[in-house]
Amino acid sequence: MKKLESSLTNMIIVLVTVAVVSGGLLAWVNNATETPIKEQDELALANGIKSVMGVENLTVTANDELKKNIGGKDYTFVVHKTSDSDGNFLGAAVESTTMGFGGDLKVLVGFDGEGNLLGYTILQHAETPGLGAKADKWFQKDGKGNIIGRRMDASKPLVVSKDGGDVDAITASTITTRAFLKAVNQAYAAYADQDVDAASGASKQVKDITGDDLQDRAAKCGTEE
Amino acid sequence: MGKLIVSLSPHAHGTDSVEKNMYGVVIALVPALLVSFYFFGLGSAIVCATSVVACMVFEWAITKFILKRENGTVMDGSAILTGLLLGFNLPSNLPIWIIIIGALVAIGIGKMTFGGLGCNLFNPALVGRCFLLVSFPAQMTSWPVAGQLGAYTDAMTGATPLSVMKDAIKSGDASVLGQLPDSLSLLIGNAGSGGAGCLGEVCALALLVGLVFMLWKKIITWHIPVSIIGTVFVLSGLLHFINPVYADPFTVIFSGGLMLGAIFMATDYVTSPMNSRGQLIYGVAIGLLTIVIRNWGAYPEGMSFAILIMNAFTPLINTYVKPKRFGEVVKK
Amino acid sequence: MNYIKILLNGIIKENPTFVLLLGMCPTLATTTSAQNGMSMGLATMFVLICSNIAISLIKSITPDKVRIPVFIVVIASFVTILQMCLKAYLPEVNKSLGLFIPLIVVNCIILGRAEAFACKNNSVASLFDGLGIGLGFTVSLTFLGIVREVLGAGSVFGVVLLPETYNILLFILPPGAFITLGFLIAIVNKLKKA
Repeated sequence: MKKLESSLTNMIIVLVTVAVVSGGLLAWVNNATETPIKEQDELALANGIKSVMGVENLTVTANDELKKNIGGKDYTFVVHKTSDSDGNFLGAAVESTTMGFGGDLKVLVGFDGEGNLLGYTILQHAETPGLGAKADKWFQKDGKGNIIGRRMDASKPLVVSKDGGDVDAITASTITTRAFLKAVNQAYAAYADQDVDAASGASKQVKDITGDDLQDRAAKCGTEE
Repeated sequence: MGKLIVSLSPHAHGTDSVEKNMYGVVIALVPALLVSFYFFGLGSAIVCATSVVACMVFEWAITKFILKRENGTVMDGSAILTGLLLGFNLPSNLPIWIIIIGALVAIGIGKMTFGGLGCNLFNPALVGRCFLLVSFPAQMTSWPVAGQLGAYTDAMTGATPLSVMKDAIKSGDASVLGQLPDSLSLLIGNAGSGGAGCLGEVCALALLVGLVFMLWKKIITWHIPVSIIGTVFVLSGLLHFINPVYADPFTVIFSGGLMLGAIFMATDYVTSPMNSRGQLIYGVAIGLLTIVIRNWGAYPEGMSFAILIMNAFTPLINTYVKPKRFGEVVKK
Repeated sequence: MNYIKILLNGIIKENPTFVLLLGMCPTLATTTSAQNGMSMGLATMFVLICSNIAISLIKSITPDKVRIPVFIVVIASFVTILQMCLKAYLPEVNKSLGLFIPLIVVNCIILGRAEAFACKNNSVASLFDGLGIGLGFTVSLTFLGIVREVLGAGSVFGVVLLPETYNILLFILPPGAFITLGFLIAIVNKLKKA
């Protein structure tokens, strides 16, 4: 078969046809994958929350975004409140961002109703590989700077041992350690601030409530602030 | 060499040779070596010995088995020098296996892949050091405190002046700088004030003695060391003047690997520009890069990276800064 | 046409990584572990096979002067399809390869094969060419990934062989990619001479 001549009409027709066919194909694939992609995104967030809360079976009841001004800088926190399958309040996973050694350090920290630190995961960081980047394991239960299970207290924040606290710094990465602990402390402050009644008051209150009221409670949590 | 072929005169021969210059530099390093023994004792001896022996073994093995050359270059002193300089750049509590990896990288990757002495683009000892710094950042940045003579890998570690400076910049708090030893103790060695660092960075004075020796023996010229130290001094003075969060210029030039780098590493014959104008450009650029990396980079020390970067520019500098040919008429 | 010969040509004689030195950006950037290397190789292979077939099918109706835009549109469509599918069904792979999935569009192996092979041969031969080059790319990237992962992270495909203390971190960082690739090419050349 002979090649089509490169006349203007031919070129336009071929280009338009190819573009239309590809566009149609993409639209079809996009349509087919839209739902699974959304599900995967939600699953990823849910898994992150589950891992920092240390519970397999939970429901996220509210995702509140919260802006605070600390020391002249604006920080954004996202508080994911959770409850178990019976509707009992479990605590919240809080997204918190600070400035690390190399850039933004974003962590997700889980607290229970009493303010105990349940777990954490690093969502985003730009720390030096082999030094600050070790933060994802360092503060976990079997790491050297274990902070899991600490009782958080606004008047007694977590402080690195070099600054007179009791958390061991990552080897040769004091600055990252400070940034990380600051993120955790601020996450707790954000959680404690907005959950004065949701955490202590509401958690006692919901003990009698059954699963049917879950929807109700979720709506309430959302409107409370 | 075969028989000497006699031809027309003149045949004046300078007594210069690779061996003479290399061993000259090694002699110039002796004061610093002795000081490092005095401050770090056993650890320093183990690190230096391992590094030198490993470099020589790799040099010998690679020339013989991989390059299959007849004439061994192991005794020309360059491997000994690389080993010593590499050792000087390491903390005295570094495990032996890491030092051996460093020596393999310095000789194997830094020097022999390019074809051996004279062909290498980068300073081999610095290639080794940077490789280790990036590969084992935790071990390479926990510096033992001086004065623990019997200790090796179990030595106590402490903050170096450079990490204190970095801390001050990152936190924006100039009072952190109060932890720094004064510049006089940095000059003569900061064992007394609990200073820490790699073997070659605790005593600037011993390195300066080496510089004087090399200048006297005409092993190197003043251009590179003076331009590097001068640039760093002026720039850090300027920064300190603008914002006291940056340490004062005396502390900056006497701390870290700056002296070691400026005197012994940047002046390496193979990897530095050939004439004095080129050497001045090279030195000023190294000083500038050092300040940039030290103050705004990810690692506390920028000297070694700065020298490696400028090593890469050396051929370019040589191309543009050609000396006037003998007999050439300068165009007016 | 001997299809086996086309296949082997792509894997050995015209290996894109070690012989043609094409597609160096994903080669250097994604081979931080054996698994990442292999995923990248397979993703590229998928696009390469699809685009080779599609381009060989439309070659006779493509006017010469607009063939590059046409090829790019075809390649970009397949890459976008791939990315959507990965997001939906293999989110882990999509996360670890990140930006390098959309960058397959500009991978010169794919346009190179479209220009050099697919627009001159029939679709079955193009399929085998895509398969061969794709396999060659996958094998090289996996191999590079294995070497870097063993040295840099002390593991192979995530199976830990050495404790963390013995990891030479440099090998999973960018300079490690250059050093490893350089030495592997040297070894391949040495073996080819022997």
